[in-house]
Amino acid sequence: MSFFLSQVIIGIQLGSQYVMVALGLTLIFGILDISHFAHGHMYMIGAYLLYIVMVLGGFNYWLALIICMAGLAVAGVVVERAVYRPLRGRPSINSFIAAIGLILVLETLVRGIQPNPLSVPQPIDSTVHFLGTTMEVQRLIVIFGAIFFVILLQLFIKRTRLGTAIEAMSQDREGASLVGISVNRMSALTFALATALAAAAAVLMAPLAFIAPEMGSTLILKAFVIVVIGGLGSMKGAIFGGYILGILEALAIAYVSSAYKDVFAFGILIVILAIRPTGLFKGREAT
Amino acid sequence: MKKYARIGLYLLVLAAAIALPLLLNMSRKGKYQIQIFTLAMVWAIATLSLNLILGYTGQASLAHGAFMGIGAYSFAIMVERIGINFWLALPLTCLVTAFIGLLIGLPSLRTKGPYFAILTLCFNVIVVVVFFNWTWLSGGTAGQKLTIPSYLSQRWVRYYVVLFFLILVLLIERQIVKSLSGSSLIAVRSNEALAEAVGIRSFREKLIAFTASCFLVGLAGALFAMESGNLNYNVTNYLYSFYILIYLLIGGVATLAGPVVGAVGLYWLLDRIEALGEFRYLIFGLILIVFIIYLPRGVVGGIKQLWEWAKGRWTRKEVPSDTPAYRGPDEEVRGIGSD
Repeated sequence: MSFFLSQVIIGIQLGSQYVMVALGLTLIFGILDISHFAHGHMYMIGAYLLYIVMVLGGFNYWLALIICMAGLAVAGVVVERAVYRPLRGRPSINSFIAAIGLILVLETLVRGIQPNPLSVPQPIDSTVHFLGTTMEVQRLIVIFGAIFFVILLQLFIKRTRLGTAIEAMSQDREGASLVGISVNRMSALTFALATALAAAAAVLMAPLAFIAPEMGSTLILKAFVIVVIGGLGSMKGAIFGGYILGILEALAIAYVSSAYKDVFAFGILIVILAIRPTGLFKGREAT
Repeated sequence: MKKYARIGLYLLVLAAAIALPLLLNMSRKGKYQIQIFTLAMVWAIATLSLNLILGYTGQASLAHGAFMGIGAYSFAIMVERIGINFWLALPLTCLVTAFIGLLIGLPSLRTKGPYFAILTLCFNVIVVVVFFNWTWLSGGTAGQKLTIPSYLSQRWVRYYVVLFFLILVLLIERQIVKSLSGSSLIAVRSNEALAEAVGIRSFREKLIAFTASCFLVGLAGALFAMESGNLNYNVTNYLYSFYILIYLLIGGVATLAGPVVGAVGLYWLLDRIEALGEFRYLIFGLILIVFIIYLPRGVVGGIKQLWEWAKGRWTRKEVPSDTPAYRGPDEEVRGIGSD
């Protein structure tokens, strides 16, 4: 029983990172109809920035978290401006292909500079005992950190003027433009938010796993699985989908096979899209 | 362009392609170059196959790396383990990839645009995981060996074999595009709703295009196996799907010359700048972004556009496009994919 429980907690922790990445993806899709396929690689850049700031720069972990989020928010705005804005109004597959170019640029840049996997020390290097299971503190930091950031994002979107502007734009872009909401400013803001969230996920997760240039690839595919299951553009769907996928995956690793864990997640996506080409919940249809 | 000038140009390119190994064979360094061009033509066949689905139906398949790997492995397994004749195994390989393509196309072609791309990419990742873990199939770390007939042991012989198949694939694709099904494919790409309304069954057209595309990429995989001699699970890597896409987009999507120009040109360039190591692909990514933003029709499409524009200016009259690839209603389409 305690084994099962510890697997579920690991699943929630895996799900926490999925939720944070998938939320950014679904936000960007909701506002701009862009499948930001390089989002996982922005996460990877966030993890490397943490290594630079914390291990090479000697900063405190919590300070490094804020620096990485700010740095990646700027990077997100740059990506939106340089890559996606010129492609606005073109078929959505064009921006998808541009994202593939971005993936190649980011991944080979990092691999060219540092080909070996790196590791980041845990800020609180101890374990806790809980209902007969033993957990690293960092796992709990990931779980509660994700809850904190998700609530913060919800509060921002529901309670602030800027946030409601984002929500308005995701509901009706023309209508939002009519009442004077600037598409350019809102898309830059959305990219900043989404990328900062991915950076937060990367910083929280980095002490638990190795940092490698290819870490973003499978993560973004899983985030897509979640977003499709939850309905494109739906934040609630991304949150539920993320935790469900994380728990299912942890249980599949423990009880079925760890070598085929990715087959499991992507197999689900193929089956779901085959049955319902527009996703499981009410979402938008891709064009 | 006058018809004779076009035929002349084709013959000139063909003569150059035939003469190339004779020239390269003279120096020791050149002999290695022959292999580079052979592999470049293999990628050109793969790119032409992707062109069939992306260029003419607007759906970007990111599973072509996997299909190429499946083709290479089925070919090697048929020849090496089952003992099927080398030349008989070639069409059989194409049938295997076409059949798997049909099975994958049935569910995935119900989706469109980025969904389809992600779905096919997921399939590619699954294939990589399966080949990585199932060592009986992939031969594990030792890989899967392939013995080729002794008369193929010379590099230049294999060059001409691949050149022959490249020309064959070009002719087949030209026929497909020229024929009625080609026009309906382009109709599906330009305006799917309209195509459905006038009675073109878009799903069926897309499925045929995808299956044909997988048939051709199987050929590319088999030729890749022939040229490399030993395969490991890495031939299914999804990065190859990306590279094929890059060759296609930079060469020129929905043209016949574009895939060949893109694949041969870029593959050769990759070999030239080998000293740069990993950073080569960084340049690739940057070029891809610049092209998709500023020149979505690629080099060949861009030249064509420039040519038509210049001709229109000089003669001051409307010139109908006489290129086989653009004999459809999609002249107006900017960028790729249907909106």
